[in-house]
Amino acid sequence: MAPALPAVDYLVLEGTPHLVAWFCAQCGASYFDRRNACARCSGAEFERRPLGTEGVVRAFTIVHRAAPGLPAPYTSVVVELDGGGRVKANLLGVTDPAAVTAQLKVRLVTFVAGTDDDGTEAIAFAFEPIGGAA
Amino acid sequence: MTEVWIVGASMTRFGRFPDLDLMDLASDAALSALRDADAAMADIGVLTMGNVYEAGSNNGQRLQKQIGQTGVPVYNVVNACATGATAVRVAMLSLLAGEAEMGLAVGVEQMGKMGLIGNAAQSHGSRAGGKPAKKEFAPKGRYGAVVKTEGVLGTGLMPGVFAQAGTEYALAHGITAEQFAKVAQKNHAHSTLNPLAQYRKEFSLEEILGADVISYPNTLPMCCPTGDGAAALVLVTGEKLRTLDPDVRRRAIKISASVLTSDPWVDGGQVQPDVNTLTRNAADAAYEAAGIGPEDLDLVELHDCFATAELLHYDNLRLCEPGGAGDFIDSGKPWRDGSTPVNVSGGLLSKGHPIGATGVANLYEVATHLRGEAGDRQVPDARVGLTHVIGLASACAVHILEAPAAR
Repeated sequence: MAPALPAVDYLVLEGTPHLVAWFCAQCGASYFDRRNACARCSGAEFERRPLGTEGVVRAFTIVHRAAPGLPAPYTSVVVELDGGGRVKANLLGVTDPAAVTAQLKVRLVTFVAGTDDDGTEAIAFAFEPIGGAA
Repeated sequence: MTEVWIVGASMTRFGRFPDLDLMDLASDAALSALRDADAAMADIGVLTMGNVYEAGSNNGQRLQKQIGQTGVPVYNVVNACATGATAVRVAMLSLLAGEAEMGLAVGVEQMGKMGLIGNAAQSHGSRAGGKPAKKEFAPKGRYGAVVKTEGVLGTGLMPGVFAQAGTEYALAHGITAEQFAKVAQKNHAHSTLNPLAQYRKEFSLEEILGADVISYPNTLPMCCPTGDGAAALVLVTGEKLRTLDPDVRRRAIKISASVLTSDPWVDGGQVQPDVNTLTRNAADAAYEAAGIGPEDLDLVELHDCFATAELLHYDNLRLCEPGGAGDFIDSGKPWRDGSTPVNVSGGLLSKGHPIGATGVANLYEVATHLRGEAGDRQVPDARVGLTHVIGLASACAVHILEAPAAR
């Protein structure tokens, strides 16, 4: 099996792939990036905790005119994860706007986003509708 | 209490002017605004300059070298798409602080034909010394990314961001693709009456819905073009106004509110820009400062960078009932002959959006209507108007302008 790296460090591949976020110890606000302080309360202590792997679509777009080198059309969504936290990613297998309804339920999946010259794969995450496209 | 008034206003045509440079455009707007105010550079006590793409070039001082080096303070301003409005506000603050009695605010941009996805589309070179560099994944930046994430982890480019802002509202309030398209139909129709607009072409709803999709639900005529242009205002204090020629005083327009906000923290705002909260905050503060409500507005120039954005801002600026933006566009109220005309200039969708000039041009447009000088597109008997711009990330400027009841 090819060696693999998560495409971003807030994706954990071990076990069931899932996202992790930094939570402000003072107010509970969550962030994917390393923080200097909390944007909400300026607290400076954080703890890293896993997020849910299912959620609902809050917003979407189907990108037809993409940045160079990217296959189009593809669907970008903002997902509100069960248990809290929002994340932006692609929605796989859906390019029909009628298939994206309010409260569409989705689950996190992973895919290979690229391979470097050593054969190491970059593993990214996306979402897919639960129970197939509506 | 010191008041600030607009006594001179101008804008160049918006479009693509490859044979002009940034100073040609800025000089044109600045000199026209000075003529409009019956003033000269020698009268100006403070100069503010808004520009984004050449912001490192001290453009305010470069402009002085073209039209008058008088030694006054110059502020070079950059604040995303709110740059021009921020430049006006900086001039206003300088007047309110007593630094000057008369100020000149200029906004200018030369974007050419850089394309919808602009700088973000530039490829990252992987060659060093003519030899292909070895491609080796290594985590970089605050997110520990090993690949470029645009299009891999969703899209962060402006067409996609504003499309998603629109669909979030659509999923919550049942807005249709046709209702979004009606915004573009209206603004393109309005632009046919504006000789300064970049595009002056009407589109049917069918043409808009059937055009190339850029980022659903926005098709090509639902996205603003890139382009070049400049706009300028001459501002004076109330005390100074009283000393000016009666013809200048008669055409003066009062700035009743000037508000600038940035994003407050909201849940999820770290992954998808929130274009709503800072706009609501700015609008509420402006209405309170001016003692005016949305029902008093005779016209509005708001930031329709994409058709989806205009619909959201009907709600954010309280022009409609909460959640009622779809009904509002269906009712015809934001058309030029409706009860709350919005983007009679053609808006960013059709008038154009040279980033640094946009905020100043919005004030030019509203002031021109309040002076009764808007020609074919004049909103009859306009006395009160609101301007709005938003820039990511993040700034929102709202201004309320009033024609005095008695001159």
